[in-house]
Amino acid sequence: MASCVTPDGIKKIAYSASVMRYDIVDMISKAGSGHPGGSLSATDIVASLYLSGIMNCNKDNLDDPRRDRFVLSKGHAAPVLYAVLAQIGVIDREELGTLRQLHSRLQGHPDHLKLPGVEVSTGSLGQGLSISAGMALGLKMSYGSEAPTVFTLIGDGESQEGQVWEAAEFANHYGIANLVAILDYNNLQIDGHCSDVMDVSPVTKRWEAFGWHVIEVDGHDIEAVCNALQEAKDYQDGPVMIVAKTIKGKGVSFMEDQAGWHGKAPDADQTKQALEELKATIAAAREEMEA
Amino acid sequence: MAEKKATRAAYGETLVELVNEGVDVVAVDADLTGSTTTKVLGQEYPNRLINVGIAEQNMIDVAAGLSLTGKVAFTGSFAVFGTGRVYDQIRNTVCYSKLNVKIAPTHAGISVGPDGGSHQMVEDISLMRTLPNMRVLVPSDYMSAKQAIRIAAAADGPFYVRLGRAKLPQVYGPDDIFELGCAKVLNEGSDVTIIACGAEVNESLEAAKLLASQGISAEVIDAFCIKPLDAETIIKSAEKTGAVITAEEHSIYGGLGSAVAEVLGENLPTKMVRIGMQDTFGTSGSADELFKEFGIDAESIAKAAAKLIGK
Repeated sequence: MASCVTPDGIKKIAYSASVMRYDIVDMISKAGSGHPGGSLSATDIVASLYLSGIMNCNKDNLDDPRRDRFVLSKGHAAPVLYAVLAQIGVIDREELGTLRQLHSRLQGHPDHLKLPGVEVSTGSLGQGLSISAGMALGLKMSYGSEAPTVFTLIGDGESQEGQVWEAAEFANHYGIANLVAILDYNNLQIDGHCSDVMDVSPVTKRWEAFGWHVIEVDGHDIEAVCNALQEAKDYQDGPVMIVAKTIKGKGVSFMEDQAGWHGKAPDADQTKQALEELKATIAAAREEMEA
Repeated sequence: MAEKKATRAAYGETLVELVNEGVDVVAVDADLTGSTTTKVLGQEYPNRLINVGIAEQNMIDVAAGLSLTGKVAFTGSFAVFGTGRVYDQIRNTVCYSKLNVKIAPTHAGISVGPDGGSHQMVEDISLMRTLPNMRVLVPSDYMSAKQAIRIAAAADGPFYVRLGRAKLPQVYGPDDIFELGCAKVLNEGSDVTIIACGAEVNESLEAAKLLASQGISAEVIDAFCIKPLDAETIIKSAEKTGAVITAEEHSIYGGLGSAVAEVLGENLPTKMVRIGMQDTFGTSGSADELFKEFGIDAESIAKAAAKLIGK
């Protein structure tokens, strides 16, 4: 399959994603609290979404009613959203250091009223898909076949919430084709592996049974993620779920696939190690990009 | 006397009027479009009524999403499900993001009748009133319900409009104008103030007649807007009478009675009695029977008022 993004474009996104991972760990470390695991698992997805050009949303069109929209349903992954908003120039990278501080625009969970680029406040799980479906339907009412697309990222643990399935049946029933959901399928939640806490499998069969078109993808393969996003945006027969297989804590060796890093900041030594690892990743990505 | 009408009867038809006037209204309901009367909107404008089936959480957040695309979104269902079951969606999505969503379920209070306690919502005002960014309107008849819906549609941001199933006597005519934050003094008096909302406004007017026959002059105020509350009108009346009764088809905790007590406690401590559900659920029965059973009928209000002023 021909790629929708050029090889150079993919290398640029990979480089930005490596910077975002650095920023995520750095801001959570400075804040002394936050959710690194699920931010790092979603980084390649969110970077691909904002930086590939597939989603028509940038710092200059945030007030344009015809822009595409992104809803971070798993709101605890706020750092990944702030990191990408820094990449597209909605906020300065320096501001990332204010995460979770008093009077900061970068709240512990994204706040629609405080920060431009946050389409709606999230944090209470299970709601983003319903909100996104409502947005997509409203845009369809206003713009018909020209309606913008609404993208939303939900967690696998989050999809244990019953409301997710209310939204799933709703989007299918109303044939909401301008709705694209992405499942950050890292198989971890606070209390352990989803398969142990409350099994969410078989994920693809479940969504297909609800009438959704499902695309399976490696959530860390940027080219594959971009192709999936483009295919999903182009799909006109109903809502699309991209099941993105990911690794929680991706990019920091000691955080990978560890439930303990769901909602905890690294201490000084751990931060030092993590940032060194991520600096090496950035250097490699830069080399790749400039080669 | 004009025909009795339920406040819910104002719902669907007022939404149709608003669309006719060019307001971009959409209603989201949960399999109760006939009961809430949003069906009327769907008959006129099929695309403007979205039925989500029996899925109230989705109902609130779909409305939230619609509002984010510029629609004036109204939600339905019964008050017990349309506020209680979806409190988190209203709190964390609608109010926290200050969205243009109007929570307007019907079947609030014990006047729901035979369906019983499971369906008689008596904590909704309390739940909605504590939410930042939320405004709370409790119309007392069909005409004031029409205006409450219009006020909610016209002002940006979250509203709760409390609507009921029971047919109520008409208190207001088409020329009565309501405003956000303004109570209505319906009956001037000097011995005792009765502040009521919803179905209890008519009961209070009847109570004032009973009191008048005993030589007691009761002032009756329709609070209409519980949040923001018309503190000025309430304080002014309390200053005059020195005794205040509140009457609501709702728990005495957290509703109108509490709101009035807060205002008077901080500004003009006044002796008070709160008429309402005394920390109890409702039960099956007709609305009239239930008002007597739980002591919120005109006679109970009159008795409490006379006792409060030592007569």
